Amino acid sequence: MEAIGTLIAFTMNAGTPLLLAAIGILINERSGVVNLGTEGMMLVAAVVGFAVTLNTGHYVAGLVAGGFAGVLMAMLFAALVIGLRANQFAAGLALALFGAGVSAFIGLALQGEPLPTRSPDGVPLLRNLPIVGPALFAHHWLVYFALVLTFAVSWFLFRTRGGLILRAVGESPESAHALGHPVLRVRCLALAFGGACAGLAGAYMSTIYTPLWSDGLVAGRGWIALALVTFATWRPGRVLLGAYLFGGVTMLQFYLQAQGVEVATQWLAMTPYVATIVVLVLISRNPRWIRLNMPASLGKSFSPNV
Amino acid sequence: MHALGKLIALTAMIAMAGGCGKKEESVPKPEPVKPAAAAQPPLKVGFVYVSPVGDAGWTAQHNAGREQMAKALGPRVSTTLVEKVPEGADAERVIRDLAQQGHKLIFTTSFGYMNPTLKVADEFKGVNFEHATGYKTAPNVNTYNARFYEGRYLAGMIAGRMSKTGTLGYVAAFPIPEVLQGINAFVLGARAVNPKVQLRVVWISTWYDPGKERDAANTLMGQGADVITHHTDSTAVVAAAEEKKKMAVAYHSNMAKFGPTAQLVAVTHHWGNYYTHRAQAALDNTWKVAPVWGGISEGFIKLEGYSDKLPKELVEAVKARESELMSGKFHPFTGPIKSQDGKEILASGPMSNDQLQAMNYYVEGVIGKVPVGGN
Repeated sequence: MEAIGTLIAFTMNAGTPLLLAAIGILINERSGVVNLGTEGMMLVAAVVGFAVTLNTGHYVAGLVAGGFAGVLMAMLFAALVIGLRANQFAAGLALALFGAGVSAFIGLALQGEPLPTRSPDGVPLLRNLPIVGPALFAHHWLVYFALVLTFAVSWFLFRTRGGLILRAVGESPESAHALGHPVLRVRCLALAFGGACAGLAGAYMSTIYTPLWSDGLVAGRGWIALALVTFATWRPGRVLLGAYLFGGVTMLQFYLQAQGVEVATQWLAMTPYVATIVVLVLISRNPRWIRLNMPASLGKSFSPNV
Repeated sequence: MHALGKLIALTAMIAMAGGCGKKEESVPKPEPVKPAAAAQPPLKVGFVYVSPVGDAGWTAQHNAGREQMAKALGPRVSTTLVEKVPEGADAERVIRDLAQQGHKLIFTTSFGYMNPTLKVADEFKGVNFEHATGYKTAPNVNTYNARFYEGRYLAGMIAGRMSKTGTLGYVAAFPIPEVLQGINAFVLGARAVNPKVQLRVVWISTWYDPGKERDAANTLMGQGADVITHHTDSTAVVAAAEEKKKMAVAYHSNMAKFGPTAQLVAVTHHWGNYYTHRAQAALDNTWKVAPVWGGISEGFIKLEGYSDKLPKELVEAVKARESELMSGKFHPFTGPIKSQDGKEILASGPMSNDQLQAMNYYVEGVIGKVPVGGN
């Protein structure tokens, strides 16, 4: 029982950066913009969040600064793909590389700096319950925030007028434009939201999850989040499932190893990817569903003047 | 600045920050000590690193060695380092560049540089190469490595004595002999002071991923391990132990800063004396191929950052073992040694170097099986 409790706890912690980043990407892509730069945005936000936490001693300040850094990176991207109508894939890749380089550069002096100690995370009384406490109630508030955000985004997308406009912009920017919706402004806002999410995810990694700064800290999680959104067919609930599944299987294989179960290392490294892909593909195996959910204008620039 | 200028600046920034950074660090020439030495141009020594230099870890220790050598030899050498060089095709290009630029002695500090080093060495017969942790030599390629397991054994004694639960944890990267030597030496050391100790191992299939390293450490602590150690590159494992109020043995560098109360001791690497010695040999034209596998007695491996919590008699026992290791009276792998399934591996006497380098099993006391697909 206790083992299951720890596994659940680890799953939630490991899944959170993926979930946050993926929810941001989902909103981007629902508006029709592909931003491949998530990894770079997360890295820059991670280093900024770490630096601010280190200098102010406040974790919240670090997270907020990380979110802002993500928004700034996203605005740089928006200037390229919305302002200058650059190719989204090329600009996104450039953003990823730029973020990796710049974060390493800013972070040179921060390598090996320890952060101040944090007061215990979680819900004050509930976290002391046996098993359930450490499993569900002893996490940093950002873990719960990510969950709430997922449901909020789901509600927004499918239950509000704003969500309808966002989806319309992603499906057919021409029609949305003809109806008088500001396509470019909607896409900019979507990108800013995506940047804030990637920023929070990055800052969570460097200040709460790891917590340290070192070069390349995000280690590919931005790319995994991108893939998750596609496999989850742009549905928030499935993104949550995918992110937790990925985190959970990673932790499960560590757990089984420590228990002494015999497995090949290549398998170990592969399992989280394979499991996540298989499950999400099974859920989304209906091709009509994929076509229905994939934003039709994904990756295409839109110019209201032409 | 107009738009074009901005674009150029941005491109330059990307080029500067991304890829492998190169730094020329020649020691500023003070007043020449001897006129003869000043007349000779400095020996150019190149270093190739697999990861960023950072503050702690494998590459940080090699870089400390470079600095020590540059300081000791002063104006007679000038050193160049190239960091973050991926193992593979890029490595060959970087090594060739260094050779072309007139570096006469080049240290390539990661296992995966073995074949690129040999290939470039074949083209530049006048340049001497030193490859860390490899096993292939050539007329101008030497290899050097450290007996990391000696330090692991001593640290194991400390871990075994300090553990209250009797379970130790080990975060490891890949099941290659070097890592298995460390694991086995650690558990042998621990069981020498507490025969009931058990060791759990988690393999994370990467040398460097602070997030995974931390997750693995937390998994181990969640399963009762109260002293954990790592054979991976970041400080995440020690930091995780600190956070969970458990104990840790640091590796590569002293990580007391990350685990002021958690760190019991650190097994650290020291390459400075070797680098100084080899650069001196190159200056004197006495450089020869002579593979080195040095341990505590050669000063390659040290135990540092002893915690104040350690009982005095434990530190004394460890120091006594250390001096036995130095004098050659003691070998961490001395028979009888049984593998975990009870099969006898070594009946008596110390293990030969060949046996050590072919290690592909766990000794008694390790839980689980070595994952297949090592090497």
